[in-house]
Amino acid sequence: MSRVGWIRLAVIGTAIGLLEISCRLGLIDHRVVIPPSEMVDALLQLLISGQVNDQIARTFGIVTAAVLISVVLGFALGVVIHALPRLRETLDPFFATYYAVPIFIFYPVMIAIFGLSAIPILLMGVATALVAMIIATLNGLDRIPRILTKVARMHQMGRLSTTLRLKLPAAAPHLFTGVKLVVSYSFIAVIASEFILAPAGLGRIISDAYSDFDNRRMYALMLLLIVVATLVNMTLHTLDQRWAARRGLVKS
Amino acid sequence: MIVIKRATDTLIVFAVMLLVWQALHQFVGDTALPGPVPTLQYLVRFLPTARFAENAWATLVSFFYALILSYAVGLSIGIWMGVHRLSGAVGEPILISLYTLPKITLYPVVLLIFGLSTSGRVAFGAMHGVLPVALLTMNAIRNIPLVYLKSARTLRLSKGQTILTVLLPATIPEVISGFRIGFALTLLGVLLAEMFAAKHGLGFLIINAMQLLQAEEMVTVALVLFVFAIAANALLLVIEHRLHRRV
Amino acid sequence: MTSTTLPDRQIHASLSGVTRIYPGAAGQQPVHALGPVDLDLRRGEFFAVVGPSGCGKSTLLEVLAGLQPATAGTVIFEGRPVANEVPEGIGVVFQEDATFAWLTVWDNAAFGLRRSGVSEAEVCRRVDDALSFMGLKDFARAYPAQLSGGMRQRVCIARTLVLQPRFILLDEPFGALDAQTRLLMGDEVLRLWRRTDSTVLLITHALDEAAMLSDRIGAMSARPGRFLEIVETGWPRERDNTIVGQAQFGAITGRLWDTLRAESLKSLGYGGVAAK
Repeated sequence: MSRVGWIRLAVIGTAIGLLEISCRLGLIDHRVVIPPSEMVDALLQLLISGQVNDQIARTFGIVTAAVLISVVLGFALGVVIHALPRLRETLDPFFATYYAVPIFIFYPVMIAIFGLSAIPILLMGVATALVAMIIATLNGLDRIPRILTKVARMHQMGRLSTTLRLKLPAAAPHLFTGVKLVVSYSFIAVIASEFILAPAGLGRIISDAYSDFDNRRMYALMLLLIVVATLVNMTLHTLDQRWAARRGLVKS
Repeated sequence: MIVIKRATDTLIVFAVMLLVWQALHQFVGDTALPGPVPTLQYLVRFLPTARFAENAWATLVSFFYALILSYAVGLSIGIWMGVHRLSGAVGEPILISLYTLPKITLYPVVLLIFGLSTSGRVAFGAMHGVLPVALLTMNAIRNIPLVYLKSARTLRLSKGQTILTVLLPATIPEVISGFRIGFALTLLGVLLAEMFAAKHGLGFLIINAMQLLQAEEMVTVALVLFVFAIAANALLLVIEHRLHRRV
Repeated sequence: MTSTTLPDRQIHASLSGVTRIYPGAAGQQPVHALGPVDLDLRRGEFFAVVGPSGCGKSTLLEVLAGLQPATAGTVIFEGRPVANEVPEGIGVVFQEDATFAWLTVWDNAAFGLRRSGVSEAEVCRRVDDALSFMGLKDFARAYPAQLSGGMRQRVCIARTLVLQPRFILLDEPFGALDAQTRLLMGDEVLRLWRRTDSTVLLITHALDEAAMLSDRIGAMSARPGRFLEIVETGWPRERDNTIVGQAQFGAITGRLWDTLRAESLKSLGYGGVAAK
């Protein structure tokens, strides 16, 4: 690991360490935050007991469904819109402003329409992630160098062949960025929805634990979410950067 | 010419959205989703009421404080991490991780610390908005072309002059971009907080209306927030484009 | 090749035993980019530095201007040592586009002058004058984004010109331009040189450009850059790009290429020594 990596590890470790010490020494009220070691312990016990496994499965299931729908539908819509420039121009203000709207204001509307089930949660996930995938697809297709079509014609390649062997690989890094965003947004949207109001799911049991003053369970689940979200997002982010670097694309 | 075309496109999009709304309403009925016309009628009746004013004010206050916090803290972190290379390299992945984290998972902690008060909602809103401001400010500083700094030295500018007349104008467009995204996210954070655990505010009104089966109020408040968000974003976009036009 | 025969007041700037070694970034070797270099620049002369890519030409310019400190050796300008600060009287035009995107052409040109405490009337006079001289008068209200690369470089030159520098350093200013534009810009630089009566140091990789414009040309080796030879051209002061037709021009470029051929191969990676 690089020097920067070690420093980062040290910073995070120190922060957690300070939190642990503050909690143990009673500097931080036990009813507010429990020591990180206790969080880990609570989580392990919870996982071993299998009490919440069905909730975990349910939430991750909804997230996965949202991701799959958003990626496939987003890509398909992106391809269609890209092929119709006039439509794209018309939709441009829509895409530019989409993420300015706090989309959760429509969650209760979704519940009113579809009832309190997994469907409005799934819809929130898709609604949040879909446009990101469309925009990423449009970007990716934009950035296919025009020279590639000329190269394809020089080699007498057919349309399908050109798309699969030249265009898709050329657009792949941007498409992957889209997938990365979809995963992150779906996760955020599903958890937030479950938190606000849901019949079941990880977000729901965290909010229940809060209402029941069950700090151990609450922090255990929060830890689980943080660890999973961080791992997944970091992995995707690293892959994204690595593939982009290989192509010479500078990403932030 | 371009302005007219853009305005027409925007109108078309709005018209389509209204049609979709109406269609959806026909499909699911009044109790689930009132149509555009009854909603507008309700809006006209509801806006002048004290109840709306109180709750709108509560949200506005929380949002305002959260926004100031987001911008101030975000700018400070961003400037520090942009200027101090090592901190930037160490901190950037941490900030990005926090950015992709469902921060709602941390809301119970905020509630435990602040209780059900306004400060909790302000803190939560700021938690959302501070990250894009910090990240984009940091990037703006990092992206200042090296030749600008060399030119400043060649022209023998003092450090203060360099910061004020070269660094600041060079970074402003991207910083404003961060402000715009931060605005949207701070608003989202405050509303989420209100939807989950509050007795006041527009977010609370929406959830409350849904639970009391008052579909008209639910949709009306959502519409008000929708219009507010879009208008604010459009304004910030105009500012951003003005600045970008020259860059 | 030092000119010990010249009286000291004729030497405008000089480098003695100057070396520049870049400290290595974390975990990397330090890079010996330049030197040791000895050079005396005569007041009012036009001196070009040519050499293969990566040989340290830009480093030489930056050390001379005070933008970088020399690791060893001394840099003297007008009798005073140059450390880590750009002395008054030096103007630099960089390779990259240094125009400030948020200012108009006029404000760009006036930028450095405004901050040096000169009266506003004088600023106006000098800026108008410089913009006319650089052929930018009609574009005074335009923004750099609306101009071509060559015009933006002229804005940068105008910005330097208004400060009335006595020593102008140009770091491959026409690198990004096409061949024909470069020829024309070469004439512009000559006009600039004659108009300001300044000493000019031009960094270029184009041998013909150096041969056409300069009084003397320093041919640099591959990294670490050292002067292999300094060629005197003997051109009259009132020259322009028509001198390329003279036989002596071919002889000069030929001689430069002879000296540099082996170095260029080195910097391309042939002959053992890697360039970057």
